[in-house]
Amino acid sequence: MAQNNKQNLVLIGNGMAGMRTVEEILKLEPEKYNITVFGDEPYGNYNRIMLSPVLANEKTLEEVMLNDDAWYKDNGITFEKGKKVTEIHRTKKEVTAEDGTVVPYDKLLIATGSTSFMLPLPGADKYGVIGFRDVKDVDTMIEAAEHYKKAVVIGGGLLGLEAANGLMKQGMDVTVVHIMDTLMERQLDKPAAKMLQKSLEEQGMKFLMTHATEEILGDDRITGLKFNDGSEIEADLLVMAVGIKPNFELAQSAGIHCERGIVVSDTMQTFDPNIYSVGECVQHRGTTYGLVAPLFEQAKVAANHLAELGYGRYEGTVTSTMLKVTGIDLFSAGDFHGDDDTDELLFHDVANGSYKKLVLRDNVIVGACLYGDTIDGTWYFQMMKDGTNISDFRNTILFGQAHLGDAGHGDETRVAAMADDAEICGCNGITKCEIVDTIVEKKLFTLDDVRTHTKASASCGSCTGLVESLLAHTLGGDYSSAPSKKPLCGCTELTHDEVRAGIRKHTLKNHDEVRQTLAWKTEDGCAVCRQATNYYLLCEYPEYNDPESRFINERAHGNIQKDGSYSVVPRMFGGMCTPKDLRAIADVADKFNVPQMKVTGGQRIDMFGIQKEDLPAMWKDLSDAGFVSGHAYGKAMRTCKTCVGDSWCRMGVQDSTGLGIKLEELTWGSWMPHKYKLAVSGCPRNCAEATIKDFGVVCVDSGYELHVGGNGGIKVRVTDFLTKVDTEEEVLEFAGAFAQFYREDAHYLERTAPWIERVGLDKIKAAILDDADNRKVLHERFLVSQKPAQIDPWKKHADGADANQFKSIKIKVEA
Amino acid sequence: MSNWQEITPLDSIPVLGSRVVETGTVNIAIFRGKDDNVFAIKDECPHKKGPLSQGIMHGDSVTCPLHNWKISLVSGEALGVDEGCTNTYETKVEDGKVFLSL
Repeated sequence: MAQNNKQNLVLIGNGMAGMRTVEEILKLEPEKYNITVFGDEPYGNYNRIMLSPVLANEKTLEEVMLNDDAWYKDNGITFEKGKKVTEIHRTKKEVTAEDGTVVPYDKLLIATGSTSFMLPLPGADKYGVIGFRDVKDVDTMIEAAEHYKKAVVIGGGLLGLEAANGLMKQGMDVTVVHIMDTLMERQLDKPAAKMLQKSLEEQGMKFLMTHATEEILGDDRITGLKFNDGSEIEADLLVMAVGIKPNFELAQSAGIHCERGIVVSDTMQTFDPNIYSVGECVQHRGTTYGLVAPLFEQAKVAANHLAELGYGRYEGTVTSTMLKVTGIDLFSAGDFHGDDDTDELLFHDVANGSYKKLVLRDNVIVGACLYGDTIDGTWYFQMMKDGTNISDFRNTILFGQAHLGDAGHGDETRVAAMADDAEICGCNGITKCEIVDTIVEKKLFTLDDVRTHTKASASCGSCTGLVESLLAHTLGGDYSSAPSKKPLCGCTELTHDEVRAGIRKHTLKNHDEVRQTLAWKTEDGCAVCRQATNYYLLCEYPEYNDPESRFINERAHGNIQKDGSYSVVPRMFGGMCTPKDLRAIADVADKFNVPQMKVTGGQRIDMFGIQKEDLPAMWKDLSDAGFVSGHAYGKAMRTCKTCVGDSWCRMGVQDSTGLGIKLEELTWGSWMPHKYKLAVSGCPRNCAEATIKDFGVVCVDSGYELHVGGNGGIKVRVTDFLTKVDTEEEVLEFAGAFAQFYREDAHYLERTAPWIERVGLDKIKAAILDDADNRKVLHERFLVSQKPAQIDPWKKHADGADANQFKSIKIKVEA
Repeated sequence: MSNWQEITPLDSIPVLGSRVVETGTVNIAIFRGKDDNVFAIKDECPHKKGPLSQGIMHGDSVTCPLHNWKISLVSGEALGVDEGCTNTYETKVEDGKVFLSL
């Protein structure tokens, strides 16, 4: 009965793009449609990009199935298996299949994909001449390998080489015939292509370059090929892999506007508003795609509109390519040839088989071509999509991200070469084989999926590049990684920058206004966006605070420990203290039976194991003794580390402790996008380690060097030198201005180091060094934000604010 | 047989916030949603026993503060791909007072 209220959705094409759309719709509006799926292959939905591993005996067909028959049944989907739709009747709104089945639709989704382009050669209709597109082709190839010896593949592109590799694994003698003089000319430049050819030849593959086929020889079955130079070659099997063509004949015959594919808008709608289309059959903004990542993005958008949410928008995808032939790593993206206006960065180590080329336009990456060592492909690709200005590290960029200070992984740059039990994610103890197995078993496609299922790279994130490489490596083929635009979280389609801009543009004053005005998908948001939004709001309005949208540490002003107890760290300005201070801390520790104390790396004292209900009383004692909160728990200014400086040290040239205290007095209490640390060293020996802090001062005889964007954490990063100033007053002004610029510009949970790498040091210099007026304005805004921030939260709570939070309700249960 | 026990005035729980109820044998987290609907759940994440009362509440679920597991306040079950379940308790609100069924 409920079925009567539902609309009919018909999907033509049981491939990856169409089924992904259906899965997305089921997630959004499971009750909206009666869904019918037509697929002309006699199988459920399978992972087409995994056909190469199936051919290469690395996977079985069962392993690459995405949805079996039971899945369709469980989800109430009518699956018209093996039925080819022959007609779309748009005025009657129904489709007709070959066998006469007629199904009416309210909404129609066309995902007819593409087919191999078959060269119209004389003899192309003989047995043993096939494309490489579906399970049937793979079956034909495997069968041929059992009875015949010689295989020829026409086409030295991605698909052709994967087919050739697979046939070789099946034991055939394989020759690749290519019309150009280098392989994969659409993805590789000549040097990389030559390296690829050499490696493949070493594996036993043969090549006939600059050969154009004229005729296919044989009677019923192919026996050989004849080329236009008159030469011939024997062949028992011919695979044509010269390209794909979108399947749009069905749509075209129904009068839907098609050019090189079915033309769709940014909402994946065809010219008929009731008909949507996704996948390799569509043409969007003049482009057709043959890779997976765009299909998934399209599926998401189409599902969004079919579920009548109405805000998704597909804006095209920048794609990259990886060839997955065992033992060969290559990566290419964008315009890797370049032109008169571009620069080329080149690294070529012939002996080690490593080649890297980046094409730059105005210091922004526009193309990349890597062979051998491809671990940094995803990093280059991300910067290419973000338009990152790389001038700051242009002279080291070819050595990769590891060279920028990723201390975690060192030389282990080739995921393919790593042992199965190699630990990829150090936070969660996840090994390479666990990740690979999960990707295969759970059929994962995106980094987020892998994170959710394995937790790999879900904690500190330093192994993200490795996990992405593993994903690409496991999925193989034409997998392309990150989406073109990363939403803040699952509750919104907007990015961090867009949310922030929205708050500013519409003067949004609180969480509800943000979620309503910016069209959040969830009423209350989630733990991720609530914390981010809270920060963006308080950055705009320094008085703003919504405790329920803060992480517990910032709500309870202590650091939650794994047993649910808290730690308490009183602030010691510049790390300086007196016997009286230490006595007061000792008394508090005694009084509250603190089980463990530790001197922290930030030059102060941490008391562990405090029960939440004891916090206010403890804070009261500390507050009475003159202490304020150390904010050791917050995304906030933490400490200012100092060395003793010229008051005692025979090397010291300035009063580093005095300056450190002034800096900490200026900045304490400030809420930041992430934790934020300062340091002052009294001389260039730099005992306070100022060059791995967010804002570091190194005193020299003639003044003060200012350094920014350092990090001693997950990824060690040495600061960038900002400038040198003469007086302490200038140091303080720069400190305030830099902090405020970071607060207003960085994404929530982005430390200064990745922020500077993302936006470029030039932007920071332009804002606070080159423009003295702007520096003053920023510093002034920082002081304004500090007024409410420097009301000590411990004292507030010790005096009774929000007391309920710390008191549990004790009841007696009567038996 | 329900044994309704009066716990606390509704107003003593912040919206989208929580309080902890100690019964002597178990700690129960009570949450107040946007529409003043009240949920009660054992204050122990099925993952590593994190105190759910200290998490961030959204809709009818809470994110554990220790490792970000999302737990349904209705069923007590872990959401998403995580697997595990903790106890939930019936609640009602009458005359601005929260009652818990134990």
